[in-house]
Amino acid sequence: MIDEVAARPMIEAQKLVKIFGVNPVLRGLDLDVQRGEFLALLGPNGSGKTTLLRILAALARPTSGTVRIGGWELPGEADYVRAQLGVVSHMPLLYDTLTAEENLLFFARLYDLPRGERRDRVHTMLRRVGLHRRARDVVRTFSRGMVQRLAIARAVLHDPAVLLLDEPYTGLDQDAAALLDDLLGEVAAAGRTVIMTTHDLRRGHALADRIAILSRGTIVYDVSCHAVAAADLPGLYADVTGAVTTR
Amino acid sequence: MSAPPGNAHSTPNKPSAGRVRRPVTAYWRAVGVIAWKDLRAEIRSRELVTSMILFTLMTVMVFSLALELDADARQNTVAGVLWVTVVFAGMLGLSRSLAAEKDRGSLDALLLAPIDRSALFFGKMIGNLVFVLVVAGVLMFALTVMFNITLIRPLIVLFVLLGSIGFTTVGTLFSSMSVHARARETLLPILLLPVVLPILISAVRGSTAILNDLPSDDWLPWLQLLVVADVIFLAAGYALFDFVVEE
Repeated sequence: MIDEVAARPMIEAQKLVKIFGVNPVLRGLDLDVQRGEFLALLGPNGSGKTTLLRILAALARPTSGTVRIGGWELPGEADYVRAQLGVVSHMPLLYDTLTAEENLLFFARLYDLPRGERRDRVHTMLRRVGLHRRARDVVRTFSRGMVQRLAIARAVLHDPAVLLLDEPYTGLDQDAAALLDDLLGEVAAAGRTVIMTTHDLRRGHALADRIAILSRGTIVYDVSCHAVAAADLPGLYADVTGAVTTR
Repeated sequence: MSAPPGNAHSTPNKPSAGRVRRPVTAYWRAVGVIAWKDLRAEIRSRELVTSMILFTLMTVMVFSLALELDADARQNTVAGVLWVTVVFAGMLGLSRSLAAEKDRGSLDALLLAPIDRSALFFGKMIGNLVFVLVVAGVLMFALTVMFNITLIRPLIVLFVLLGSIGFTTVGTLFSSMSVHARARETLLPILLLPVVLPILISAVRGSTAILNDLPSDDWLPWLQLLVVADVIFLAAGYALFDFVVEE
């Protein structure tokens, strides 16, 4: 049984349909992501990237279809799925009236990190994202880039097996973007499974093992990064989505 | 660059050996962590309780100036003034409590945590209860001064406690229902007021009987009704919150 589960993909989504009112956002989407794989999910605005990530994160229920993460099925085993997930979304998912340290300590408690290790882990992560000198400052005094760095620290605080990143580079300056590149490189090297949505085709190609392009609620293109050159990606993206891109 | 697709890594903390049951945070610890976070954030910002207390004091002043009552009439109306003010001041706090989480995206952070959703409900409810009890305490003191009637009696305090539990339980549930709506500030009172009517009536009648020094036969049934309403609302919150917050 264990071997059977271990042999299966880390993330399995089958025939996913999500309809908001009368608008279908996902239309029978199938997606498998292997253990340790880094998938860059590309697609124009409104193609269903964020909706797909919200379903995988157990924040939204699909209208129909099945989702399994790490062998656990949604929505029935959502608690176990959530324990394996780290999520960075458009919103920082932080409390602006608490300090950086208080925010991370709150999430460390919520994720049940061992009491003796919490503070060390929090300070390690604050150092890792370059915010250790601002640990005692309330988050509302932070710049957008600093908030995003803290949001990334929150997402990886509990060392999740799966990272879901929804446009994590939004609002980051050059230094912070480079820091996130390093952090994601470490996460991938440690064998974590990552799905990252992005509009930055070159960055997606540089970081990921595989690229999938989502358009009108289905995966219209799915390829290993080894099989496509970064320079060819903008043209390919424009062909399959009908979008005009210069990146 | 990270590992190629399908390359499963093996470290003890990853689900490469099948389904890994990561710890799901203990129920009551999660409740305590969420309630404490709300209290800490409120102590820092003083946004909710300050506005609730200001509203309360204004209302007491308006009632005491508008109703020129003799001693008997004051005895019979003060409980009504107390509870109507608690309910309206409480709604101010309830409508902001989850709406603020939703607006800054931190509601998703709570929903992503590996905790039973009902633990999130009870955590928020306990935070709201503390705010309502603080306001009720200030209100009882203000009414004692302005109406010249001693409200701070053990039985009145018991009614306030039980009434506040029922009110904040159903209020937290309904505010989480209305938090996704565009007109949530209007929707909450429309949904909430009819449902809290049994609590409001029991609390007013019971408190009035106690203030008039009537025998226990006159207030005990109202106390029992309050207890029953609290149990029903707590059970409903426990059972329904998961469905209410999910998209």
